[in-house]
Amino acid sequence: MSLIQIEGLSVRYGARTVLSDVSLRVEPGEIVTIVGPNGSGKTSLLRVIIGAVKPVKGRVMHGNGVKIGYVPQRLQIDATLPITVSRFLKLPGGVATADINQSLTQAGVPDLAKAQLSKLSGGQLQRVLLARALIGKPDLLLLDEATQGLDQRGSASFYQQIETVRQNTGCAVLMISHELHVVMSASDRVICLNGHICCEGTPVVVASAPEYRALFGSGTGGALALYRHEHNHDHDHTKAAE
Amino acid sequence: MLDDFMVRAALAGIGVSFAAAPLGCFVVWRRMAYFGDATAHAAILGVALSLAFSMSIFVGTMTVALLMALVVNMLSGRGYAMDTLLGVLAHSALAFGLVAVSFISGVRIDLMAYLFGDILAVSRADLLVIWAGAALVVALVGWRWPDLLTSTLNEDLAYASGINPKREQLVLTIALAITVAAAIKVVGVLLIAAMLIIPAAAARPLSRTPEGMAVAAGLIGMLSVIIGLRAAYVLDTPAGPSIVCIAAITFLATSILRGFRHKP
Repeated sequence: MSLIQIEGLSVRYGARTVLSDVSLRVEPGEIVTIVGPNGSGKTSLLRVIIGAVKPVKGRVMHGNGVKIGYVPQRLQIDATLPITVSRFLKLPGGVATADINQSLTQAGVPDLAKAQLSKLSGGQLQRVLLARALIGKPDLLLLDEATQGLDQRGSASFYQQIETVRQNTGCAVLMISHELHVVMSASDRVICLNGHICCEGTPVVVASAPEYRALFGSGTGGALALYRHEHNHDHDHTKAAE
Repeated sequence: MLDDFMVRAALAGIGVSFAAAPLGCFVVWRRMAYFGDATAHAAILGVALSLAFSMSIFVGTMTVALLMALVVNMLSGRGYAMDTLLGVLAHSALAFGLVAVSFISGVRIDLMAYLFGDILAVSRADLLVIWAGAALVVALVGWRWPDLLTSTLNEDLAYASGINPKREQLVLTIALAITVAAAIKVVGVLLIAAMLIIPAAAARPLSRTPEGMAVAAGLIGMLSVIIGLRAAYVLDTPAGPSIVCIAAITFLATSILRGFRHKP
């Protein structure tokens, strides 16, 4: 049974239709990436899944007892709000300290529990948000451009963390990303979205689809090949740096 | 003890500080300072309506403040920059209120008492209204605290946790209207926002947790009331503004303290 199943979803803001007739499903344990230009409805799709936006048509079905962890695009912490990481992770309530420490470890930031949220670097904050999403032991992680504002190495290492989390917990991942290069290789399936689903499939299939090329330029097919080289290089580079 | 007008004044001020502390923290965290201003300024219109229809001032001001807050809520995100919209609403509400008051014939009202408060004239009945209002606000905000905090941090995180941030916004709006109605006698419509914002801002450098900041804001507000009243008595200055001055001096002091410690 699918973790979530979306059927014939349409979303409208006033007169503007941002999503029309979108259907997709996510199976246990897979990493699905949504790519698409700005304004293509990627974020709206995730917001429908968490219940922040009501669709005008279609429905979202959650599998029985499926738990969802959500990592927002970014969190702007007002400097006037004093709050420690562990207090933030306990909100809105009923979370044991042991669970908080475990999820921080899973997210790769075991030592931050007592830190002030507003003092964290961009990369640390993203990992804390990931830890928050992991607390409920989710079956599905939703990530909305979680690496926005991180540099290339920061985002590469963040995606590595996601991959590790999936290996350790077996949760599925549905994520949005701008960084075609990085995520295409890490995904089992790619969905190309532009108001509707243009094409979907394995990264290689999508990269060579004419719809995808129309959206991301004719050179993209080549870019993927180029990227593979780039990726290996980056990978080695990261390893060497470590 | 309640026969002494200074004791009644102090108790009234402390009651307002209690309500203003947790609410003021949210006003600061959510950057709603102008929102508080607009709601408070609208209250003068409520005073005019209360007098015209011989209603209780508390009910009249609370109703108008609540309407104002709901209008602002509704209009936000419809094309105007929020600070422009609130600036327009706050000052036009004040102007319309002042004009409306002038239409009320036969009643000689002391406008200054509503603009700047008349804390020394607080009666036992006023005291009851203020403390009931404050208790209601503290109970309301305390009850919704975790959900309010989550919504303040991030609306989508709130939705993902099954919280409706719009409902929490409404809770704050209602709490704000009650506070305005309770505080009008103490500091007047022009300085209500000061009682919300200044103690909370002064508490920030002293706090590491949201709850700590709310408690510190309450203590600072209470201290400002007691010292401010004493200063007003000794120096023969207006009481409401004196209280706000003490709060402002506390803000300055804690800000300097933060500078010395090199950390917030």
